[in-house]
Amino acid sequence: MSTQTASLSTPTTARAAGPAPAAKDLSQQRQKEMLADYFEKLTRAKEAGQKIVYTFVPGNLNELIAAAGMMNVLPEINALQSGMRGRSGGYITEAEKHGHSEDVCTYVKCDIGMMLNGNIGPTGTKLPEPDLLLLSYTGCFTFMKWFELLREHYKCPVAMLHVPYQPEGRITPDMRKYIVDQLEKSIIPALEKVSGRKLDRDDLAARMALSSKAEDDLVAVWESAKHTPSPIDGYFGGVYYIGPIFSAFRGTQGAVEYYRELRAEVEERIRLGLGPVGPDGPIGPERHRLVVEGPPNWTSFFDFWRMFSRENAVVCASTYTRVGGLYDLGFRHDPDRALESLAEYCLGCYTNLGLPSRIDLLEKYIREYQADGFLINSVKSCNSFSAGQLLILQELEKRTGVPGGFIESDLVDPRYFGKANIDNRLQSYFQMLDARKARGYA
Amino acid sequence: MSAPTDPCAPLLARAEALLEDLSLHGVAAWKAAHGGAPAIGIMPVFAPRPLFEAIGVLPVNIYGGGDRVDVIKGDAYYQSYICHIPRSTIEMGLGGQLDALDGMVFPSTCDVIRNLSGMWRMLFPQKYSAYLDLPQTFEAPLGGLFYRHELSRIAAELVARGARPLDADRLREAIIVENRRRALLADLASLRAREPWRLKASEAYLLTRAGAVLPCAEHIELLEAFLAAAPERPVRAYDNVRVIVLGAFCEQPPIGLIRTLERSGCDLVDDDFQLGLCAIDGAIPLDEDVGDQSPLDTHDPLDALVLSYTLRGQATATRYIADGVKGEALVNRVRTLGAEGVILAAPSFCDPALLDQPMIEQALNDAGIPFTSFKYAENSAQFQTIREQAGAFSDSVKLWGAA
Ligand code: SF4
Repeated sequence: MSTQTASLSTPTTARAAGPAPAAKDLSQQRQKEMLADYFEKLTRAKEAGQKIVYTFVPGNLNELIAAAGMMNVLPEINALQSGMRGRSGGYITEAEKHGHSEDVCTYVKCDIGMMLNGNIGPTGTKLPEPDLLLLSYTGCFTFMKWFELLREHYKCPVAMLHVPYQPEGRITPDMRKYIVDQLEKSIIPALEKVSGRKLDRDDLAARMALSSKAEDDLVAVWESAKHTPSPIDGYFGGVYYIGPIFSAFRGTQGAVEYYRELRAEVEERIRLGLGPVGPDGPIGPERHRLVVEGPPNWTSFFDFWRMFSRENAVVCASTYTRVGGLYDLGFRHDPDRALESLAEYCLGCYTNLGLPSRIDLLEKYIREYQADGFLINSVKSCNSFSAGQLLILQELEKRTGVPGGFIESDLVDPRYFGKANIDNRLQSYFQMLDARKARGYA
Repeated sequence: MSAPTDPCAPLLARAEALLEDLSLHGVAAWKAAHGGAPAIGIMPVFAPRPLFEAIGVLPVNIYGGGDRVDVIKGDAYYQSYICHIPRSTIEMGLGGQLDALDGMVFPSTCDVIRNLSGMWRMLFPQKYSAYLDLPQTFEAPLGGLFYRHELSRIAAELVARGARPLDADRLREAIIVENRRRALLADLASLRAREPWRLKASEAYLLTRAGAVLPCAEHIELLEAFLAAAPERPVRAYDNVRVIVLGAFCEQPPIGLIRTLERSGCDLVDDDFQLGLCAIDGAIPLDEDVGDQSPLDTHDPLDALVLSYTLRGQATATRYIADGVKGEALVNRVRTLGAEGVILAAPSFCDPALLDQPMIEQALNDAGIPFTSFKYAENSAQFQTIREQAGAFSDSVKLWGAA
């Protein structure tokens, strides 16, 4: 989800704050080019007659949007990019001045602030206004309010896709049918009306086949972290890996190639016995293997990452990197059941799962990735993630015997990243893990 | 000479006693009198009560502990930046105050209540726990059918736990009774709007909220008795500012806060405190002609219940307003009721209410309607600041017609 930002801003930020960055892998280079090309196209979209859909990452219908001949813009990604570029604080203040409560999601306020300041995107050019707001209501109530707010500003049509919640971690035929019916009767007609052309269903199926290929390789990348030492960091590094597939590139040949290259690079790292690359270069011998629940903080992303990399703590699995699809549980986009499969995709995003299923997933990760600790980064902005995390903490400790850590920050509001406080907590946590190891706990 | 007695006082006292019955003794008594029939808690905002009554289940709207539960254990489950109602509800559950309930239903109000549904399942595995996904699309073949499945599913799950089978005749009967209640609530609302000194907001609140724990027929008796006695109340008209309160539909303000607003020169002529009972405009359209809603049909009572929500659900912060204009319903309400201003009162950290607020403010600004806003928590104890703010607001409206 963060890849766009990360690719665009990592080198500068990391260089400014520490040693020389690691040399770019082929996959990183490719991702950078893909993004630059996409933003370039977005900049020229209006003059090229290209219709623009704003939509959200979880439950995004990228193949459908592309098969309808449209391009997407993802406001969460704009917000996190603003966070990484140090702009979010000002945007949030601007939105609060316009009556937005200090209590609510800072992604929303950051996006509104950016809109009020001319909607300048990550590449420094103005983002095109939406022709359609595709409100895929998956896993987060705030999405609905967010697009109600944008609709007030842009006065453009909204297409609502109501995705039911999975309270019991199970997709029922009624849920699937409800979504497929909405796609057929409401979403596809809305896309066709705005794009002015009929949906090409063969193109849709072909895109879904491409999605599936990329998803296979992404899962191989995730699962590489079961190896010791892990060749990847599945959280801080992981947010780079999810970039193409969570954003505009799922269902494209570019994504297939990106993930094939990434997988090959990761397999090569395993062969060479290498660990992941951190913000300041290769991370030293793996000392802690962690599972992380919750999104990262974006305003101090690299400082946050360094608190782990400095301690040679590697995140082998994370739930944030599953908000745009739980491919490692077996889901794949299926060209033979295109709409059913899109429905299952929307239903299966991580934050659309009931709390018991989220705990089961975290437990599975802790066991399968042989983590010696797990950490919850609880962000103030996001009730969808955060409400219930203290029970998650208790329950996971009870089930696995692995000690959990709990820190609080925010997505893009710099006021809520207490650097010294978080650092102290993490250091104490890592010391505790060391002490446990010294006492013979695996 | 002794002061004239208020014939409504015993009715209001009963309603207040129900509000204060946090341990649900009344619910336990109902169960005992009904052979142990199930009672089910319903978190805010809305679930259709006739469905439960039709299968012999007592629906009990749960609004947390208000300002009379000390939250100790509940705080261990929530970070400081999450609203108060889930923590006091957990406190009550862990403390045994909800033991009279056989289960809980969590409607799709917001992410907090959604996640609480899973927490409940884990903390109280022996009890029934269901998430009710209310539709956010309102066409009969889409959200209508989905919602019908949801209601059928919940009914079937409760039947498997001892409720009576869902039967069309009994559901029809429950809807007819509910429609009678709806008419009485409308009468209550119009009395309050007409003569707010005869029925104060705090009294209307108590009378309405009584319906959260009473079977519908008993609530009807209470409302009828009040409406019959109300003309005899000794009252004195005041020259207050007429305001509508909006945003307090889930975590409830303490009754003391509502009374504080009344004492600050405001007649609260309408509010959304008890949205759970008032979320539908008008009657459930049983056997009514509502145009083609196929495959649903108002002659089928379950379909009628579904259509009451899809066609007549109020424009609230928790409902997607598809083609409507945000705040339009409120502006119309202000005009219809002759209100002079709006108080936006939201629980701290309440996503739906607070995310809605800028759009509502815009609509009020555009319509030239004065408003003020504040936040509260269900356990707020100090009302002085709010009293001053509401007092200044009512003064400014009186003086200049704008805040
Ligand atoms: S007070 Fe608001 S945020 Fe809290 S549970 Fe109720 S609706 Fe949700």
